[in-house]
Amino acid sequence: MSRIASVFARPNHTALIPYVTVGYPTVETTLKAVPLFASVGCDIIELGIPFSDPLADGATIQRASYEALRQGIDPEVCFEVAQELRRQVEIPLVFMTYYNPVLRFGPEQFCSKCAEVGIDGLIIPDLPPEEGKELEESTKRHGLDLVYLLSPASTEERIKLVTSRSSGFVYLVSLTGVTGARDILPEELESFVTHVRRMTEKPLCVGFGVSTPEQARRVARVADGVIVGSRIIQLLSKDKSLRNACSFVKRLREALS
Amino acid sequence: MKKDKQLPNSQGYFGQFGGRFVPETLLPALDELETAYEKARRDASFWTEFGSLSHDYAGRPTPLYFAERLTRHCGGAQIFLKREDLLHTGAHKINNALGQGLLARRMKKRRIIAETGAGQHGVATATICAKLGLNCVVYMGEEDVQRQALNVFRMKLLGAELRPVSSGTKTLKDAINEAIRDWVTNVSNTYYLLGSVVGPHPYPLMVRDFQSVIGKEAREQILVQCGRLPDYIIACVGGGSNSIGIFHPFVNDENVKFVGVEAAGKGIRTGQHAATLAAGAVGVLHGAKSYVLQDDAGQILGTHSIAAGLDYPGVGPEHSYYKSIGRATYVAVNDKEALKAFQLLCHTEGIIPALEPSHAISYAAKMAGSLDRGQIIVVNLSGHGDKDMDIVTEALGVRL
Repeated sequence: MSRIASVFARPNHTALIPYVTVGYPTVETTLKAVPLFASVGCDIIELGIPFSDPLADGATIQRASYEALRQGIDPEVCFEVAQELRRQVEIPLVFMTYYNPVLRFGPEQFCSKCAEVGIDGLIIPDLPPEEGKELEESTKRHGLDLVYLLSPASTEERIKLVTSRSSGFVYLVSLTGVTGARDILPEELESFVTHVRRMTEKPLCVGFGVSTPEQARRVARVADGVIVGSRIIQLLSKDKSLRNACSFVKRLREALS
Repeated sequence: MKKDKQLPNSQGYFGQFGGRFVPETLLPALDELETAYEKARRDASFWTEFGSLSHDYAGRPTPLYFAERLTRHCGGAQIFLKREDLLHTGAHKINNALGQGLLARRMKKRRIIAETGAGQHGVATATICAKLGLNCVVYMGEEDVQRQALNVFRMKLLGAELRPVSSGTKTLKDAINEAIRDWVTNVSNTYYLLGSVVGPHPYPLMVRDFQSVIGKEAREQILVQCGRLPDYIIACVGGGSNSIGIFHPFVNDENVKFVGVEAAGKGIRTGQHAATLAAGAVGVLHGAKSYVLQDDAGQILGTHSIAAGLDYPGVGPEHSYYKSIGRATYVAVNDKEALKAFQLLCHTEGIIPALEPSHAISYAAKMAGSLDRGQIIVVNLSGHGDKDMDIVTEALGVRL
C-alpha cells in the first residue's frame, strides 16, 4: 500500500492536509513548519513549488509564490527541501505546482527525482486528465500518485473521467473560483461531494476556501480529507515562531476528530 | 499540405502544439464554448451577420494598397499593404471582438471580460460591447495602464470597467492570468473574449477564423490587382492574431512564403525582447502548449518591446506548428529598426503605422531591396499609430 493509500485506510479518520509554499517566507520556515504540522496530526503535506503565473491561485498564494521566486526557489531547491523533510517525517508529501516547471524539467526526470527524494504524489491544477497522459506514464513508472481535480462545474462525464484517472485521492475544489480563504463555503458543497461519492470509491478531499475549524468540520462530515492552504500561508507570513500557524492546525485537527 | 486546413484536431492540437491546460472548472465552459462555436460556424446566418457588421460597422473590406513610393525607396520587390489600420477602432482587433461578441450574445452571456496589453483589444471589445449592449470588464496590467493612458480613457468612455492588474510583471501576461481567474470565478454568466490566437482550444481556432477575413480579402485583391499570388506575406507576431489572419487563407498556396516578425526589443542578447519563437522553448502558458519565453526552471520571463502589442512571452500554437514544419519563417526586428520603419512609412506613404506592424514594415523594406522588381510582398498593416504618439515622441526625444 502506498503512503497516501494508508492514510485513507484508517477507519473513521478525516485526513488533514495543509499546503505550504516551499520557501515562504523562508526555506527555514518550510523546514520547521512541516515536521511541526506532522507532529500535531496532519496526515499529508502539500508542498507548493512556486510558479510565476499561478492562474488557479488567489492573492495569498500568488504573493507567497512571488516572494519565494524572488528568493530563488526553483524545483531543484524544492527537491532538496523535500529530501530533508523526508528524513524528518513519515507522512506523505505531495508536490503542488503548475505544468510548465514539470515540462521544463522533463516529466520523466521530474518523477524520477520525486521518487528519489521521497515525494509521494503530484497535484497539478492546470493539467486535466486529457493532457495528463505523458506525466501519468512517468508517475506510474516511479510509483507516484497523480491527483486530478474536480469542480462543482464538472459534468457527469467529467466526474467519470477524473475519478477513474485520479490516483491517491480525488481533489474536489469546493467552489468555482481560485484558492483563497473564504468566510462562507457554498451551500451545494455536501451535495457535490455526495454526488461524486456515488461514482467512485476513491478517497475524496476538499480544498479551496476552507479556512476555519468550523468549515473543516463541515467538510469532514462528507469528505475523506480537508485541504487548507491560504489561511496557513497568511499565518506563516506574520509569525516567525510558527506559534499561530501551529495552534491553528491543532484546532483544525480537533475539529476533525 | 491539404490536410492542414483541418487543424487543429478535435483535441485542439496543431501537431504537438495547443490543447487545454486549464483548471477543471474551465473545461465544461470550454466544451460549452466549443459546441456553441461549432454550431455558429455551421450557421449561415451567423456569418451573414458577421459579414454585414464587418462591412457597415467595422469598415470592411480594407484596401490592399500598392505602396509605390515605399517600393521605389527600397528598390526591389513591389510592396502592398493590407490596410487593417483603416478599420473602426484603428486595428484588426475589431474583427475578432465582433465575431466573439456575436457568439457571446448567442450564448446569452451578458458579462464580457477581456485582457488587453496596448489597449487595442480592450478598446475593440469595449466598442463591440457598447454596440451589442453587453457589460464589459477589461483587465490591464498596471504598467500598461500608465503607458497607454489614452486607450484607458477610450475604454472608459465606451462604458467598460477597467481593472488594473498589479500582480507579476504588471503587463499583458498578468492581465490574461487575472482574466482567467475572473472566468473561473464567474464562469456561469461570463464570456471570456480572448484577444489573440492563444489560450486553450477553441480560442486559437476561433480567433483565427474571425481574423482570416484579412487573408481572404487580400488573396482576392492581389489576384485582381496583379493576376497572381504574392511571393511573400509579412506580418508582425506578438500572440499572433493578425499574422495568422493573413497567413491562414494562403496556407495551401505553397509558393506563398510566410514571414512572421517578432519584437527583438533592445536586442535578443540583452534578454529584453519578446521574440518567443526565435528565443523561447516549448512550454505551457495560458492554457496551451507552444513556444514560451522561460528560464531554465520553467518560470515565465518578463518581456520588452517598444510595441506594447508584441510584449508577450507566449505565442499562438499554430505559429509554433508553422515553425516546426517550416511553413513560416520567423525573424526579429528591434525597437530602433521598428522606429525607423515607422518614420519611413510616414515619409514615403503618408501613413502613420502602429509600432507593431512597423516591425513588419522594417523587415519587408529590408527584404524588398534584395528581391527583383517582379516579386510581390504583402505586408499586413495591422493597426494605426495614433495610440503610439506618446511612446514615439519620447523615443525620438521630442517635446510637444
